[in-house]
Amino acid sequence: MITFDGVTKRYADGTVAVDNLSLEAASGTITVFVGPSGCGKTTSLRMINRMIDATQGRILLDGQDVKQIEPSTLRRGIGYVIQQAGLFPHRRIVDNIATVPYLLGWDRKKARARAMELLERVGLDAKLARRYPFQLSGGQQQRVGVARALAADPPVLLMDEPFSAVDPIVRMSLQEELLRLQSELHKTIVFVTHDIDEAVKLGDTVAVFRVGGHLAQFSDPATLLSEPADDFVREFLGRDRGIRRLSFIPAAGVELSPPPPELVLEDGKPVGWKSDDGLQPYGSFNPGTDSLRAALDASLLSANGIAVAVDGDGKVLGVLAREALDGAISGGPGAARG
Amino acid sequence: MNWLIDFFGNPDNWSGPDGIPVRLLQHVEFSVLAFLIAALIALPLGLWVGHTGRGAVLVVLSANAARALPTLGLLVLVVLLIGVGTIWPVLIPLVALAIPPILVNTYEGVRGVDRDLRDAAYGMGLRGRQVLFRALVPVALPLILLGLRLAAIQVVATATVAAYVGLGGLGRYIIDGLATKDYPSVFGGAVLVVLLALAVQFGFALLNRVVVSPGVRQVR
Amino acid sequence: MDEPLVRWDWIARNWDNGSPLAIRTLLENHVVMAFVPVVLGLVLALPLGLACARWRLLYQPVTGVMNIVYAMPSLALFSILLSVTGLTQTTVIIPLTLFSLAVLIPAVVDGMTSVPDHVRQSATAMGFRPLRRLVLVELPIATPVVLAGVRVATVASISLVSVGALIGQGGLGALFTDGWQRQFYTPIVVGIALIVLLAVFADLLLIALQRLLTPWSRARRSA
Repeated sequence: MITFDGVTKRYADGTVAVDNLSLEAASGTITVFVGPSGCGKTTSLRMINRMIDATQGRILLDGQDVKQIEPSTLRRGIGYVIQQAGLFPHRRIVDNIATVPYLLGWDRKKARARAMELLERVGLDAKLARRYPFQLSGGQQQRVGVARALAADPPVLLMDEPFSAVDPIVRMSLQEELLRLQSELHKTIVFVTHDIDEAVKLGDTVAVFRVGGHLAQFSDPATLLSEPADDFVREFLGRDRGIRRLSFIPAAGVELSPPPPELVLEDGKPVGWKSDDGLQPYGSFNPGTDSLRAALDASLLSANGIAVAVDGDGKVLGVLAREALDGAISGGPGAARG
Repeated sequence: MNWLIDFFGNPDNWSGPDGIPVRLLQHVEFSVLAFLIAALIALPLGLWVGHTGRGAVLVVLSANAARALPTLGLLVLVVLLIGVGTIWPVLIPLVALAIPPILVNTYEGVRGVDRDLRDAAYGMGLRGRQVLFRALVPVALPLILLGLRLAAIQVVATATVAAYVGLGGLGRYIIDGLATKDYPSVFGGAVLVVLLALAVQFGFALLNRVVVSPGVRQVR
Repeated sequence: MDEPLVRWDWIARNWDNGSPLAIRTLLENHVVMAFVPVVLGLVLALPLGLACARWRLLYQPVTGVMNIVYAMPSLALFSILLSVTGLTQTTVIIPLTLFSLAVLIPAVVDGMTSVPDHVRQSATAMGFRPLRRLVLVELPIATPVVLAGVRVATVASISLVSVGALIGQGGLGALFTDGWQRQFYTPIVVGIALIVLLAVFADLLLIALQRLLTPWSRARRSA
């Protein structure tokens, strides 16, 4: 667990980067620091591994004040991933990944074996091991960056906008990869981003920072979207906050209507909407596993705006009209709790 | 120190055809002449090569070769081949040594201008020559001036060495002094040459400040 | 002009005839006077350059001094030093070391600047202490830029040694004064050719060294 206890960072010129920050990042979870540039989120992150030292307050790592730990020793026990990956251009991929094990004095063979294992773990081909960083794509470099941070199996991982420099499609796959890794590894991760979508997608808990280093809100993503603490948070979340929030509401609770006769079925599975011009496309969702967001998608994909609910085998359970979703999209906290 | 007093304190060194004013003037005259000829050849050529990209390989190769060429050897060979009737045989190697730095820096300066700026200039409807003189040259100016400064320093230094093959100027004090073991003269001449070189250096620093737009001024 | 540019038999006779003007002896002296300044320059430029890269305030005045040093004609410096160090190789080596410094200090500073900040940051974040970071991360990454400076300094040094002939210590430059005094082309042509060849050879060696030391940078260039 990482605890910020009344932490303030004030620079010599009087600028306050972080103002009296107190929060707890629970062990084994992803805590996301999000906010506009200049809000102190990166400064807060870098105070954890003492790349920056706090002016006031304490940061505790599992109860121990980080100021009591010699910086280099502290850092060797904390993985760190940054935007440009920060790979060493003069070292091959395998040696890049094995950097911290080497520093910790592991023998070369063991360190390299560990590096090869991690290379595979982050979804990279073993033949990349002998290459130099510039021979890899941005997405691949970023994966190597993650592998390098994990090399000595640190319990804590700090990630500073790690996926901001890659294109949206690669970013998406890196995010999925991180969630997959986390489900296996259960690290304590603090993740900095300016992208609210990334924050709600990855975070178990999200800390929204406001310019001047104030913590505006600290809560789980669903609560954040349904109950923004103030106007700043509301504006930062954006106009599509309602739609985004649907992702956190299971579709299980919605009330379905019986399928109308216009829905053509075959063996109980939908094939399309009957109309004068022949069959029209339909969209479907599974209330057992999907969120309301999937239900909305299904409704938008259907020619007549009616989403079709199916079970795990694809058989029709019922239908949901667009109007039935409206309440959840625009509604207050009550609707969110479904 | 005594040598300096001997040299600069001697009234004979301040008048007549061997006096400091005459020698200094000669040195400046040769240097300016060689520098101007080199600039007249190298500047347009460098701009052209940088703008069109034609002959770039030749420029780079000639620059590398020029750096390795021993000044004294070139000077002695050329003068020996042509003979010493006029100062022109001495000027040829001086000019030859001054051309590469101007050429290369002008070429590199123009070529190194951000592609986007070049595209933007064409995009606004400027024609080839306008692009060169309104967009490329102002941005490339610090590098071009650096080339001119290196060339000027090279010329002043080489003109000193050229006293060996009969050129007048401040180098005479050093060469003649060495021949006659007149060390105050050697020392005094050397100090004068250093002062002249520093004056050139500061002159260019000043020029840099005046003609280069503050927007593109570089630390160099 | 009846005199041919090169008399090959003269070269054969004077290559290694035991006299102080034997081409081989001159070549050896030339190599010493050209390379010692570059090596000395590098040894001095590393700490000075690192200091300038570390404390930027220092760089401005140091650059100013080096610009001034670089502007000084070699013959003038040789002549001034003659009164201190006499007719020895040191008289040539000291000014050439200064010239090398003028090239190499900026090269070291540029080399350190070429280390991307994110690389430096992640080294620190992984627990490198400053000295180890310098030796294992920053210096290796700075190597290509520093070596480029070494190449420039080496070629310039090889060419400038010959001016020393005017004060009696110029390695192959002695062939120029000898040829001039006797109005004889061959030594001059031989001198120029050997100096250019020496420069080209040294440059090739340094390029080979660079490829050996920084395979990751060669790969980047060819990519």
